[in-house]
Amino acid sequence: MEAEGRVPGPPLPAGGEVPGADSHLAAGALGTARGPLLAAAKVLALDDEEDDLEVFSKDTSLTEVNSFSPSVPISPSSMINQYKFEDGPELRDLFITVDDPESHITAIETFITYRVVTKTTRGEFDSSEYEVRRRYQDFLWLKSKLEEAHPTLIIPPLPEKFIMKGMVERFSDEFIETRRKALHKFLDRIADHPTLTFNEDFKIFLTAQAWELSSHKKQGPGLLSRMGQTVRAVASSVRGPVKNRPEMFTEMNNYVETFCQKINLLDKIAHRIYKEERDYFNEMKEYGPIHTLWSASEEDIADSLKGIASCIDRCCKATEKRMAGLSEHLLPILHEYVLYSEILMGVLKRRDQIQGELDSKVDALANKKTEKDLFSEEIGKLENKVERANNALKADWDRWKQNMQWDMRSTFTNVAENNLRYYEE
Amino acid sequence: MEDCLAKKMEITVSEAEKRTGRNAMNIQETYTAYLIETRAVESQSEGQCAPVDSLWRRYSEFELLRNYLLVTYPHIVVPPLPEKRADFVWHKLSADNMDPDFVERRRIGLENFLLRVASHPVLCQDKIFYAFLTQESGWKEMVNETGFQLKADSRLKALNATFRVKNPDKRFTELKHYSDELQSVISHLLRVRARVADRLYGVYKVHGNYGRVFSEWSAIEKEMGDGLQSAGHHMDVYAASIDDILEEEEHYADQLKEYLFYAEALRAVCRKHELMQYDLEMAAQDLTSKKQQCEELATGTVRTFSLKGMTSKLFGQETPEQREAKIKVLEEQIQEGEEQLKSKNLEGRDFVKSAWADIERFKEQKNHDLKEALISYAVMQISMCKKGIQVWTNAKECFSKM
Repeated sequence: MEAEGRVPGPPLPAGGEVPGADSHLAAGALGTARGPLLAAAKVLALDDEEDDLEVFSKDTSLTEVNSFSPSVPISPSSMINQYKFEDGPELRDLFITVDDPESHITAIETFITYRVVTKTTRGEFDSSEYEVRRRYQDFLWLKSKLEEAHPTLIIPPLPEKFIMKGMVERFSDEFIETRRKALHKFLDRIADHPTLTFNEDFKIFLTAQAWELSSHKKQGPGLLSRMGQTVRAVASSVRGPVKNRPEMFTEMNNYVETFCQKINLLDKIAHRIYKEERDYFNEMKEYGPIHTLWSASEEDIADSLKGIASCIDRCCKATEKRMAGLSEHLLPILHEYVLYSEILMGVLKRRDQIQGELDSKVDALANKKTEKDLFSEEIGKLENKVERANNALKADWDRWKQNMQWDMRSTFTNVAENNLRYYEE
Repeated sequence: MEDCLAKKMEITVSEAEKRTGRNAMNIQETYTAYLIETRAVESQSEGQCAPVDSLWRRYSEFELLRNYLLVTYPHIVVPPLPEKRADFVWHKLSADNMDPDFVERRRIGLENFLLRVASHPVLCQDKIFYAFLTQESGWKEMVNETGFQLKADSRLKALNATFRVKNPDKRFTELKHYSDELQSVISHLLRVRARVADRLYGVYKVHGNYGRVFSEWSAIEKEMGDGLQSAGHHMDVYAASIDDILEEEEHYADQLKEYLFYAEALRAVCRKHELMQYDLEMAAQDLTSKKQQCEELATGTVRTFSLKGMTSKLFGQETPEQREAKIKVLEEQIQEGEEQLKSKNLEGRDFVKSAWADIERFKEQKNHDLKEALISYAVMQISMCKKGIQVWTNAKECFSKM
C-alpha cells in the first residue's frame, strides 16, 4: 500500500487530543497484518502539517468503523478527536480542476480532451502544480485501475459514455459541459477518499505527460488476468448467495436494492418536474403579451393590464431561473446517485465474491490453519475496508444531500419570493 | 342612481337540482332547475325579515327572458348569461353539463345575471322580468303573448344591413371594432390561461410523487428517515394545494368570460344601429327616386334612363289624365315617405342617444369590474406564492434536519 510509505515523523498536534495518537501508534505496531486500516489510521493521525485529507466527515465514519470491527484495538475517542481537529475543507492539499475542453481531429477519430490542473502541497508529488490533458478514455482507464486495486471500495461514478435517452449529439456544447462537470466531480471524490487519494495510478493520471501515460497504461495486468477475474466473478455469482454473509451485508444489500429503486424513481420524478416546468414556461411566455395586446384597445384599464403583463414576464424569468437551478443542481446529483447505486451493487457483489473465495478456501483447506488465518485476515481487511468506505460515503452523502436539497430549496424559495415581490399590481 | 329593483329586493339563486321531465318533443330528459329566492328589503328593518318568495327556473327559461329583453330593448347592452356549455376547459375541469362544479359555477353566473338586470336602470322596470322573479306558472305564456319573437329582426336582414350601410355613426363603427377586439383578446387569454393552469397543475401534482417516494425511502434510512418523511408530507401538501388555487382562478376566468359575452351584446346594439341606419338610408333613397320620378312626369323630361321612359317612347305617350293621376299618387307617396323619413330620423337619433348613454354606463361598469377582477387575480397569485413559500420553507427545514 502506498500509505506505508509515510513515516511517522512530523510533530503531532499539541493539546488534549494528542494522547490517543501514541496509543494507536503502539497499536499499529501490534500487527502489521492489520495492514491498510491502521496504516491509513497512522496517516490520518500524523498530520496536520501535511494536511492530507479532507476530513469533514471522517469523524462519523470512524466511529461506526470502530463499532463494527472489534479486532482493531484503537481507542475510539482519540481517533474521533483527531479527526475533529482536522475538520475543515481548507485543510485539503490536493486541488483539481477540469476545464477547457478541446476537440482533436485525427485521421481515425475525433475526440475531446480536457485540461486537468492539479495543485498540491503533498511531498510525494515532485512539483506543486501540474497541468495535463486527458480524454474520456483516460478516465475510464483510471477508474478500472482503481477498481482493480480496491475491489471493495466504492469508486465514484464516471459520466456515461453517451446518453441514449436524450439523443444528445456527442459533441454538443451542453453534453461536453455536463461531462466536464461530472469528470471534475469524479476526480474530486477520488481526492477526497482517504485511501484512493494515494493510489499510484491516480497520481500518474494527474501528473504524467501524454506519452508517459500511454506507456504506463500498457503495463500492468493484462487482458487475461482481467478476464480471469471476470470468470471468477461469474462463477461465484452462479454459486448463489453466500452462506456466511454477515448480517450487516445482507442488510446493506437490501438497503442498496431499495435505495436503487427509490433513487431511480426520484430521478424520473425530477426529470418529469423539469419537463412540466418547461411546458409551463412555454405557455407563460404567451400569456403576458396577450395582456399587452389587450391594453392597446383599452383606455382606463390599459395600465393595469400592462402591469400584469410585465409581472407575468418576470414570473417567466423566475421560472427560468428555477429550471436552471434544477438542472444545475438537482438533476446531475440525482443522476450521480443513480450511478452510485449501481456501483454499490457492484461493490457488494465483489465483496460477496471475495467472501465466497474465502469460504471455499476455508472449506477446502480446513486443516491448514495458517492459510486460513491469512485468508481470514484478508477478508477481515477487506470487510473493514468496505465498511469504512461505505460508511464514509454514507455520512458524506447524507450531509451532502442535505446541502444539495438546501440549494434546491433556496433556489425555489427564491423563486417564490421573487414571484411575491414582483406581483404588485 | 335611479331606484332600481336591486335596491328594493334581495335576489339569490340559491340552489340547483337535477330533474327529469318531458321536453317540448315529449322526450324524457334530465335537466337542472335553479331555485330563485326573492325577498323585499325593508329600508329600516326592525329586525323583521320579509318572507322569502321562491320559484324554480331552468336555463332555457333564462334564455327566453334574455331573448325577450334583447328584442324589447335593442338600445340596451343586455347582460349575458353564463355559457351554455363549458368552454376553455383544462384537463381536470369536466365539460359535462351535469358536473357539480359546472352546475355550481352556472348557478353563480345566473345569480349574477339577475343582479345585473335588476340593477340596470331601464331593464329592472320591465314587467316580464319582474314576473320571471315572482310568478312561477304562466310566465312563459305571458312572454310569448308579448309577441316579441315577431319583432325580432331577421339575421339575414341584419347581415345585409351590415354590408350595405353607407353612413353609420362613427362611434358605432369604432364600438364594433372594439367589441371584436375585446372578444378575440379575451378568448385568446382564456385559452392560454387554461393551458397555463393545466401545466401548473402538472408541476404541482408531480411533486406529490416526491411525497410518496420520500416516505418509502425514509423507511430504509436511519438518520435521514425523519427528515425525509416530514419533507414528503410537505410535498403532499404542496401538491394538494393546487386544487384550491385553480378553483379560485376559475372564478376569475368566469368574470372574464362574462365580458367576453358582453362583447356579443355590444355587437348586437351596433347591429341594431346599422339596421336602423340602413333602413333610413333606404327610405331616403326611395324618397329621392320617387321625387325624381314625379319631377320627370311633371316636366316631361327624362333625365335618367328608365324603363318607363323607354316604353312610353316606344309605345306612345300617356294621356295627360293618366299622367296627372300618376303624379297625384306619387305626391301622396312622397308625403308619406317624407313623414316616414322624419320619424325614422327621429327614431334613429333617439336610438343613438339612448344607446350611447347605456354604452357609457356599460363602459364604466366594465372598467370597474375588470379592474377589480385583475386586482383579485393578482391577489390570488400573491396568496399562491405565499403558500408556496410556506411549504418550501417547511420542507427546507425538514431537509436540513436530514
